[in-house]
Parts: sequence; structure tokens; C-alpha cells
Amino acid sequence: MNVTLQVWRQKGPGSPGAFKTYQVDAISAEMSFLEMLDVLNERLVNQGEDPVAFDHDCREGICGSCGVMINGRAHGPQPGTATCQLHMRRFPDGSTIVVEPWRAAGFPLVKDLVVDRSAFDRIIEAGGYISVDTGSAPDANLIPVPKTVADTAFDAAACIGCGACVAACPNGAASLFTAAKIGHLNLLPQGHAERWSRTERMVGVMEHYFGSCTNHGECEKACPKEISIDFIAMMNADFLRAKLANRRLAAQYR
Amino acid sequence: MTGLEAKIPEGPLENKWESHKFSVRLVNPANKRKLRVIIVGTGLAGASAAASLGELGYQVDVFTFHDTPRRAHSIAAQGGINAAKNYHNDGDSVRRLFYDTIKGGDYRSREANVYRLAEVSLNIIDQATAQGVPFAREYGGLLDNRSFGGAQVARTFYARGQTGQQLLLGAYQALMRQVKTRTVRLHTRVEMLDLVVKDGRAIGIVTRDLVKGEIARHSAHAVVLATGGYANVFFLSTNAKASNTTAIWRAHRRGAALANPCFTQIHPTCIPASDEFQSKLTLMSESLRNDGRIWVPKNPGDDRPPEQIPEIDRDYYLERRYPAFGNLVARDIASRAAKRVVDAGLGVGPLKNGVYLDFADATTRLGRRTIEERYDNLFEMYNRITDEDPYLVPMRIYPAPHYTMGGLWVDYNLMTTIPGLYAIGEANFSDHGANRLGASALMQGLADGYFVLPYTIGDYLAGLLNEPPVPTDDPAFGPVEDEVGDRVRGYLATGGSRTVDWFHRELGKIMLDHCGMSRSAQGLEKALSDIPALYEEFKTDLRVLGTGEELNQALERAGRVDDFFELAMLMCVDAREREESCGGHFREEYQTEDGEALRDDVGFAHVSAWEWTGDAARPEVQNEDLVFENVALTTRSYK
Ligand SMILES: Cc1cc2nc3c(=O)[nH]c(=O)nc-3n(C[C@H](O)[C@H](O)[C@H](O)COP(=O)(O)OP(=O)(O)OC[C@H]3O[C@@H](n4cnc5c(N)ncnc54)[C@H](O)[C@@H]3O)c2cc1C
Ligand code: FES
Repeated sequence: MNVTLQVWRQKGPGSPGAFKTYQVDAISAEMSFLEMLDVLNERLVNQGEDPVAFDHDCREGICGSCGVMINGRAHGPQPGTATCQLHMRRFPDGSTIVVEPWRAAGFPLVKDLVVDRSAFDRIIEAGGYISVDTGSAPDANLIPVPKTVADTAFDAAACIGCGACVAACPNGAASLFTAAKIGHLNLLPQGHAERWSRTERMVGVMEHYFGSCTNHGECEKACPKEISIDFIAMMNADFLRAKLANRRLAAQYR
Repeated sequence: MTGLEAKIPEGPLENKWESHKFSVRLVNPANKRKLRVIIVGTGLAGASAAASLGELGYQVDVFTFHDTPRRAHSIAAQGGINAAKNYHNDGDSVRRLFYDTIKGGDYRSREANVYRLAEVSLNIIDQATAQGVPFAREYGGLLDNRSFGGAQVARTFYARGQTGQQLLLGAYQALMRQVKTRTVRLHTRVEMLDLVVKDGRAIGIVTRDLVKGEIARHSAHAVVLATGGYANVFFLSTNAKASNTTAIWRAHRRGAALANPCFTQIHPTCIPASDEFQSKLTLMSESLRNDGRIWVPKNPGDDRPPEQIPEIDRDYYLERRYPAFGNLVARDIASRAAKRVVDAGLGVGPLKNGVYLDFADATTRLGRRTIEERYDNLFEMYNRITDEDPYLVPMRIYPAPHYTMGGLWVDYNLMTTIPGLYAIGEANFSDHGANRLGASALMQGLADGYFVLPYTIGDYLAGLLNEPPVPTDDPAFGPVEDEVGDRVRGYLATGGSRTVDWFHRELGKIMLDHCGMSRSAQGLEKALSDIPALYEEFKTDLRVLGTGEELNQALERAGRVDDFFELAMLMCVDAREREESCGGHFREEYQTEDGEALRDDVGFAHVSAWEWTGDAARPEVQNEDLVFENVALTTRSYK
């Protein structure tokens, strides 16, 4: 099959960017989207033009490295699918495909389709963990966790940190990412001790880097792991309670 | 040449680790703050080590070429992690896990290391659970287990089909907690390109910032490599695209011995390549073999769709040849059997490059609901890639390079032959012998990082109290930094006509043909003449565009492929010299009458540790003899 690509090219954060059109002919429908970009790059180098920079690694939808806007949609047309899992058979022969980087204030551009997502690490650093030093854990079966609770916590923990939620959000908010980690840890009994402080700190850092959530719901649609926006509701509820709970805890020490 | 001293503690097997822990020197908290450790890699091994050393109070610098620690290749592990918890009362114990792992490795690993691994497996599950890793649970709320490739007890803990992801996130979160407290400094998108050694000790590394291109020096009291495996030497493998050998290869060139480099694992259940553009192969979890039945048509050229081939015309070759284990035989055996039927022209699929993995019987027996519960995410993944529905048509699978048992030689303390340089996780050779059992790499990576290295590294660091790290303006750093810079500029200046990926693909083909599932002296000799020829072309005909002062992904790959070339030669030499068949290493000349591997315990019950001589095709070897006091060497039989 043949496709026409319009790809965002930009040398670096300070340089101007623009779309460039490339004709990519004689590719196979069985290829993945990234394999198609590999072929484009192979051809560009042979013609003496710089290849297109894009992030990727596992190519099986789990590491969260990949991610571009394809025809205006984060990770492209197939629901619940990361860019690396998308195959060319999803596009009609002869299509024009527009490829852009994630665009969000919280994700500064690095080059071409590559952005800097390190603000996500800052959010995790603020409290996205359970404080347990190596060696101090009790036997794993000491605390039973109801299966439904464990399963729901897992649904949230499935987040791959790709940033599609932010890219899809008209406000560039990172609520789904943050809520997924808060939901995962706050649901589990092991995470209860730090529930209120975790919520308050993570939300604080999130708001420092990212826009505000106004419940558009675009994030859920873009998420390659189909994480539910119910977790955002949980986060908001926990945040309110945290404000009270943390104050009450503080009051005890007055 | 450095002498190989494995430093295995005296005493009975069961007490070795306990008494060793008591005998190692400790460092008091005030001194820990003054000791610096560099850790390269943030996979399970690196992240768990960095978090644990940070908690202990050391000053840790951790490096990864990824944009965040959470993207390390460990994230992709699917099936599970072993531990001898015996929660299910089915006869498991530390001793049994030890025994299964030694036997599974075809008696080419150290008893003491493997026993320790089985012992600390218990702590790993406790630690991960406390961190919030959402392992699968039963309705009573307790942890669930399943049995996994080649084991007769259910000792595998799992988190849906994403066990590696969840364990890595646990370790990553623990690491980020230390980053917050400033015990750990995190360097992302920074690649280690060389090791610095002074007076025989590892004192630092030289790195390149992948965004700005800046080459920098870092010094520490000790350096830990947790940089993963090198199965990407085959180009097509199940590993993440960026996984590479550079860190361990550069350490090897600076004096660290590389052990058993030819021991590679070819995983039996991967999706076959679909065309010549294939960029990587996707693993289908081995757990599928618990319920799927593997078969091919009995007659070559039988082009009927699978559902129209009657039972009588099907060959369930694993069940036929290995009645006791059937579809659950160890990975190396299942892989070779698949290669044999495909080579005999019985392969299925458009390119005739696969075998069927069929769930029809299991669906009838258990009902579709149960199959969905067990495998739905895997079936969906298969469907996404192939556009075929495994609920309706059998899956097609074929073996693919997956894991490398070989790696840097380490002693019982996980120290390499360079004092002060440690290797943990897949980067070392330690525990899996000639074949790794399913669900034991996650166990080993976390054992090394959480529970072994934090003890053993203290013993070395205790000897360096009151010595500041060697300053980075020391003359030892200069020449290394210059070499790194020359190498980077060299790729850009070659100005040839072929891309890096072209060379990588060609190298991979040679390796798969001659140093893959089946090897022979003749084939290895051929590889040892083809690889240097291709390598010469690489040096003169490579084309890398752009500059070194920007994000330049082709430039990054050029350095990695360069090192793969030299490693490939060493792998072939090692495979040629090991004149026996064991585990994943199958030499055609050494097989029984019915085609099974023929081990030679008199000649080859040893570890081959190779040293760099300056000529990649002529390395020198030292053997570490393996002593078996607790298990009898038997022929592995799955019949
Ligand atoms: C598809 C798949 C499924 C698997 N499933 C299982 C399973 O179910 N059970 C099991 O036990 N095992 C499984 N394995 C094996 C297991 O996942 C790996 O062996 C293990 O995760 C390796 O961990 P590691 O920490 O040693 O290295 P990795 O996770 O590979 O991490 C390497 C790290 O080093 C960094 N790095 C490397 N070189 C450099 C450098 N030069 N400079 C800077 N940073 C560098 C990388 O950025 C990365 O952070 C699976 C493997 C694959 C491929
Ligand atoms: S490359 Fe890993 S998720 Fe796409």
C-alpha cells in the first residue's frame, strides 16, 4: 500500500517547526505504524535527509515510550491501542496521515516527535509510592486484600505513563495519570497510612506542571489502557477529604 | 590474567548465605553518607538496588538512557515471578526451587548462588506486596499462584499478564522516593559509553547526554552495571529495541571477564515474523502452554485451514516425544522441537514459519469463560498483531531470541573481575546456567538488587572509608573521555552508504543461522569469517547523518551495533569451544541417537570466562570449575 505522511519536523525547542510531506510507497499492510516510520527513516537517510526522531522501545504497548498524534488523535484511531501496536491495515490505501508530537505545556518539545515527559516523574516523586524500606515487609499473606479491591487497584495500576491523556486534554491536564496512581495506592490496605498526605502532595505537584481538569473526558478515550475517569472522581473526593484529614491530623499535634 | 575466585563461603549449603552475611564488614551510617555508588540501569535490578542503597544512606547516582526509569525493558515481562512460598501446600520448598533451577540450567550454574536465590525469593514477594504490587489474588483475598514452564508445583506469582510492569513500577516508585529524599540522583537520557579503571579498580564512568550530546565524567567508590541482556545481537528478538550490550562490552574491554556468552535462550512461544520489515518479535506468554496444545500437520504441503485438518493428520509432536511433560517441556526443548518440524517443511502460516498453539480442546473442556479469564489480554494482543482471532483459529507461534544467560562473570558477591565493578540482573551470568526457567529472571534481578548487593557491596566499600572518590579531573579519566569522543565523531565521519539498521539486520541473520538454536563447528567457523567481513564494511560504509550535539537516535544505535559486532564474535568463539550440548546451547555434533542434547560433564562442567586481548576473534579463556556437592548430575529428561 501507499500513504502520504505529513510529519512535524522541528530541530529543537528553540527552532521553528513545520509540517513536511513524505510519500511512503510500497509498504505492507501487516506492518506496524512504527515499522512504517522505520521504513521512512531508512529511505530518508538513503536520500541524505535527517531521519524523523520518535520515542519507542518495547513496541508492544507496555513501556509507554511511544506516542504521537495521528490525524489529531493521541495514539491514532484504534481504541485502547498505543502507537506501537497500531498496524497499517487500519488505514485505507492511499490515505494521508498527519503525525505530530504530543502538544502540551507540561511536555516541552525535544525534537520532531519527541517530548520531555519528566514532569510525570516529579508527580510520582511527590508521593506515588508506599514508604516501605527494603527488608521491612511482613509476610505477603498477612494482609488479605479482597479480590475486587485488588482488581480495581490493578485497573488503575495498568497506566503506562505515555502521556496520551495530557495530549488529548484540551486543557493539557494530567488528572488521569495522577488519579490512576493515587487510585492504585489509595485503594490497597498497604497504601492507607499515607492516603491523605499522598493525595495532597501529588495533586499539588500535578497542578504546578499541568492544566486544570474540567471533565472533558477526552483522556479516557485516548488512554491505551482504557483507564476509567472514575479514578479522577475518586481522586477529587480523596483530595477534599485529605484537606480536612490532614488538617485534623495536624491539629492533634498542636 | 586475573585469577577467578568465586569466593563461595564455606559450610553447608543451607548456611552459606546466612554465615556470609554475618562475616561481611558493615559500614556505619555516618560513613555511608560519604560513599558514592554509580548504578547504570533502572530495570528491576538497577531500580531495586538504587532504592535499597539509597535507603541505607549511600550517595547513589543512577543512570538510564530512557526518558524515565520506568521504561526499562523489565516492564515487558509478562508471565510471573517464582518464589518458594509453598502457599499452596503442593510440596514446594527452598530446596525444591533450588533443585529445579539447577536442573533447569542443565548443571552449568553454581550451587551456592542458586540456593541463595531460592532463599531470598521469599522476601521478594513480601517486599513487592508491601509496596502495593497488585499480584493476582484468590476470592479469600490471599495470593494466587500458577505453575509455569517446566515446574511441577504452582510457585509463580503473577499480576495479570503484566508482572514485570507491576514489579518494575514498585521498584521505580521506591527509587523515586529516594530521589525525593536526595539520597539518589537520577540521570535520565544519559548513556554510559565507557568505564574508567584506575590502579585496577573501577572508579567511574564516561557518559553521553542523549539530548545535548555532551560527554561527561562521573566518579564513585563503586560502579554497578544493571544494564540487562544482549539478545538484540540477533536483531530480531523479544527484547525492547534499545536493549544492548555496550555497558558490559565496554567493561569487558576494560578488563572484566565475560562468562558463557554463547548461552542464549530462544523462547518457544513468539509470534512469527510477518514480512521483511519486521522490527521485533512479540512474546506470547509461556503460560499459554498450560492449556494450549502444540501441533503441525503430519504431511508437508498440507495447506488445509487448521480446523479442517482431522486429528489423524495432526502431529502433536511435544506430547508424542515427551509424554511426561507434553506441551510443558523446558523452553530449549520446545524451541528445538519447533525448529525441527519447521525445517522439515511442516511449518504453518503464510510464510510456513510457525507451528499451531491450539485452544480448541481447552475451550471445550473448561468453557470459553475460563479461557477468557486466563488469557484474554494475550489473545487480544495476538489478535491486534495478526488480525486473527485465537478463539476461532489456533495461534501460530515460533521461537525467538529472548534472554541471555551469559554476561559479566561475577563472584558470590556479584563483583566482576575488576574490583569495585559489580554486575546484577541479566547483565551478569550468575544463576541460570545454560537455560533459564520461566519466571526466574524477575526473581534474580530483584534478589540481586534488593537483597544481595546491598549486603555484599558494603564489604567492599568498608575498605574505602576516609578515601574520597577519585576526582574527575584525575588523569585516568582523560584518555577514556577522548576515546568516547573519537568513537562518536568516527560514526558521523564515516560517510558511507548503508544505515545502521541495515548492518544490524545482516549481523542478526548471521547470528541466527549459525549461533542460534542449533550450532555446529562448521557453521560457527563460517560466522567467524562472515562477521569480521561485515564489520569491516560497517567501519567504512556506515552512514549516520546529523551531528553529535543533538538528539541523534541513529548515532546512538551506531555505537550499540558496533559493540554487538565484537560481542557476536566472542559468542561464536565460545559456542565453538564448548564441544557439548547443554541447555540452550545445542551443538549438532553432540546429540543422542534420538536427537536430544548430549552433555559432557567431564569436559565441560565449568564456566568459560573470557578476557579481552585486543583482538575480538582471539580472546583468552579461564575456566571456573563447577562443583556439585548437593545434587547429582543427571540427564535432563522430560520424557
Ligand atoms: C517479553 C519478555 C517477557 C519476559 N517475561 C518474563 C517473565 O514472565 N518472568 C521472568 O522472570 N522474566 C521474564 N523476562 C525476562 C526479564 O524481563 C528480564 O531478564 C529482566 O527484566 C531484566 O532486568 P534487568 O534489570 O537486568 O535489565 P533491564 O530491565 O533490561 O534494564 C536495563 C536498564 O539498563 C539501562 N541501560 C542499559 N545500558 C545502558 C547504558 N549504556 N547507559 C545507561 N543506561 C543503560 C536501560 O535504560 C535500563 O534501564 C521477559 C523478557 C521479555 C523480553
Ligand atoms: S513502544 Fe513501548 S508502549 Fe509503545
